[in-house]
Amino acid sequence: MVTISSEPLSAPLNVGFDYTRSLGPVLGRFATGLRGHTIAGVRGSDGRVLVPPAEYDPVTAEKLTEFVDVGTEGVVQTWSWNAQPLDGQPLSHAFAWALVKLDGADTGLLHAVDAGSPDKMSTGMRVRVRWAAEPVGSIRDIECFEPLDAEPVERQPVVGDDVTMLTTPIHLRYDHTASPEESRYLRGLAEGKLLGQRCPACDKVYIPPRGSCPTDGVPTEDEVELPDHGVVTTFCVVNVPFLGQRIKPPYVAAYILLDGADIPFLHLVLGCDAAEVRMGMRVRAQWRPRDQWGTTLENIDHFEPSGEPDAPYESYAQHL
Amino acid sequence: MGAQLAAVIGTGQTNHTAKRQDVSMAGLCREAIDRAMADAGTDWSDIDAVVLGKAPDLFEGVMMPELFLADALGATGKPLLRVHTAGSVGGSTGNVAASLVQSGVHRRVLAVAFEKQSESNAMWALSIMPPFHMPVGAGAGGYFAPHVRSYIRRSGAPNHIGAIVAAKDRRNGALNPYAHLKQPDITVESVQASPMLWDPIRYDETCPSSDGAAAVVIADEQTAKGRPAAWIHATAMRTEPTTFAGRDQVSPQAGKDAAAALWKQAGIKDPVSEVDVAEIYVPFSWFEPMWLENLGFTEEGQGWKFTEAGETAIGGRLPVNPSGGVLSSNPIGASGLLRYAEAAMQVLGRAGEHQVDGARVAVGHAYGGGSQYFSLWVVGSERPGAR
Repeated sequence: MVTISSEPLSAPLNVGFDYTRSLGPVLGRFATGLRGHTIAGVRGSDGRVLVPPAEYDPVTAEKLTEFVDVGTEGVVQTWSWNAQPLDGQPLSHAFAWALVKLDGADTGLLHAVDAGSPDKMSTGMRVRVRWAAEPVGSIRDIECFEPLDAEPVERQPVVGDDVTMLTTPIHLRYDHTASPEESRYLRGLAEGKLLGQRCPACDKVYIPPRGSCPTDGVPTEDEVELPDHGVVTTFCVVNVPFLGQRIKPPYVAAYILLDGADIPFLHLVLGCDAAEVRMGMRVRAQWRPRDQWGTTLENIDHFEPSGEPDAPYESYAQHL
Repeated sequence: MGAQLAAVIGTGQTNHTAKRQDVSMAGLCREAIDRAMADAGTDWSDIDAVVLGKAPDLFEGVMMPELFLADALGATGKPLLRVHTAGSVGGSTGNVAASLVQSGVHRRVLAVAFEKQSESNAMWALSIMPPFHMPVGAGAGGYFAPHVRSYIRRSGAPNHIGAIVAAKDRRNGALNPYAHLKQPDITVESVQASPMLWDPIRYDETCPSSDGAAAVVIADEQTAKGRPAAWIHATAMRTEPTTFAGRDQVSPQAGKDAAAALWKQAGIKDPVSEVDVAEIYVPFSWFEPMWLENLGFTEEGQGWKFTEAGETAIGGRLPVNPSGGVLSSNPIGASGLLRYAEAAMQVLGRAGEHQVDGARVAVGHAYGGGSQYFSLWVVGSERPGAR
C-alpha cells in the first residue's frame, strides 16, 4: 500500500532572468549623468523639476525634454527605518529608506540613507550622495545618501558613451506546493505506482488527480491505480535548444494516454528513431533504477515502444 | 442588448522589430498611441479612460507595468484598467475598451497593448519547469506542435498547407510598412526547406519575436458620426480550462462558442460570404485552417482546402491576414489588438498597400494560453443594422 500522509509535498521553484532595459532618451540621460556624478531632472509643464526625470508629463502627458541638473545634496522629506535589509537592497546593514528632495528639485527621490541608527534620522535633515565605487550607469551609481557630518568617501566618475541599456537581474524564489491529491499521486510514484482519480459524475479518470473534476466541479475521491503502459495520442519532435532546457534536443515530447486514463500527460519517448514515433503507437514506461526514485514523474525516465500493434485512431481520437 | 453604438475612430502601431532599443516601454507605447490619436484627430483632453493590455509579466519582468506607465499612457486622473488574457490580451483589451463605451460609462476610450520581447526571452518564460513534473515543455511551439499534428491527422490535410499560409502571410507582410518580417520573395518551397523546429512546425512557419505596440481610440456614436469610423458590430469572448478529459485541443469549444455568439450579435448568417476580410491570430501557420474551421468560416475538416485554393490570399474569397499577421509581427501582448486595429483599418480604407478592395465588414480575432482564451470583434464601415 501507498504510505498515506496528509502533508502536501513542497519543493523550491527558483525563477531568474537578467532582464535588459532599453532606457530611451530620458532615462538614458539620467543613467549617463549618474555614471558621471551628475543628477538630471526634467522640468514639467507646471514648472516643477522632476527627479528622477519622467519621460511624459504627469499632468499633461506630453513628452518632456527640458533637462535640469540638480544638486547632489538635499533634504529628507520622509523616511522609514529598515532594520533588517534583504538581499539586493542598497546596503547590507540597517539603513533608512528616505525620500530625498535634492537641491533644485521639486520631487523626492527614493533611496537609502546610511545613518547608522534611527535616532540619527529626522525629517528635514540634509544628506548628500555617496557615489558607488564602480559606476555603470544605473540608480545604483548612487550607493546611498549619507548625513553631511559623515566622513566623505572619494569616488571617481566615469565618462564614456551614452548609457542606453541596463541589465536588471530578477530572481523569484518560490516554495511550490502540490495539492493533497497530487501529493498522494507523487508519493505513489515514489513507490512505482501510478495513481489517478475517477470523477463520480462523469467517470473520467484523471492522472495526475486534481481533487475535483474540471468538468463537473465535484470532488474526486475514488482512487484508481493505472498501468505503466498506454498509447501516444500525439507528439512533437523538439529540435530547438533554449535557455533553461533540461533535455538535450532533439527529443520526442509526446502525450501519453495510459490504459484506463481519460487524459494524456506529456512525457518523453525514446527507444526508437524519432521518425518512427507515430500517433497511436503503443508504449510502456522505462523506469529509472529504484534507488533513484523520488516523488516525481521523472521516476519514469521515458516511454518506449512496447512492440504491440498500433491503437486504432478511433480509440484515442476523442483525447486529441 | 441595449448597448450604445461604439466605433474605432483611430488606430496606431509601432514599426515592429526584434529589438526596439531606442525606446523604453513607455516610449514604445507612446509611438503607437501618438499615431492613433493623430489618426483619430483627438488629443488627451478627449480621452476619458485608458485600457492597457499586456501578456504575462514574466516577459518583461515588470509586475503590473500599468502602474509605472500611467504617465506615459495619459492616465493621470483617469480610470486605468489593465487586461491580461495571455496571448489573446490584445483582443480582450479591445473588447473591454469597447464595452466601456457601449455601456455608456465613457465616451472616448484609449486601448493600448504592447510587448517588448527583447527585454527578456519568451521561450524561457513559457518553459518554467515546476517541481515534480517531467521537464519536456518547449515554449509555445512545443505546446502547439502536437495539436497541429492532430489537426493534420484529423483533417487529412497534405503537409504543404502550413507552408502555403506562411508564404502568403510573409508576402503580405512585405506590403505592410509596420511589419517586422518583410519577405516578398518567400515561396512555399523555401518555407518547406527551412529547419524543422518543433516537428511538424518549421522555422518559417513560426512567428517572430517582436517589440511593438498597438493602440485604438474607441468613441461613442455622437463623436463618431459624420467622420470616418469603423463601427463595432459585435464583440465576443469565451474561456475554457487548459486541460480536461475529452477537451478538443484542435478546435476548442470556447472558440466555437465565441464565434457563434459573435455571428449572432452581428447578424451574420454565412460568415464566409458576409465577411470581407479577417485578421486571425495565426502564430504558427497551421492555425489558419484550424481557426477557419473553429470560427465557422468553413466546415470542419475543410479549412485547409480553402487555404490551398488560395481563397485566403488578398484577392481570394476571404483574405486572411493581409497585414502579414502574427507570422510577420509578434509583439505578443499587442498582437491581438493589431488584429483588431488592422480589421478597423480595412473597413476605414486605411490599410494602404495591403488594403482589400471594397472591405466593408472585417473580423479581428485573438487566442491565448493553451488555446483557451478567445476574443473576437466584427467591425463595419456602416453602422450596425445599416447593411
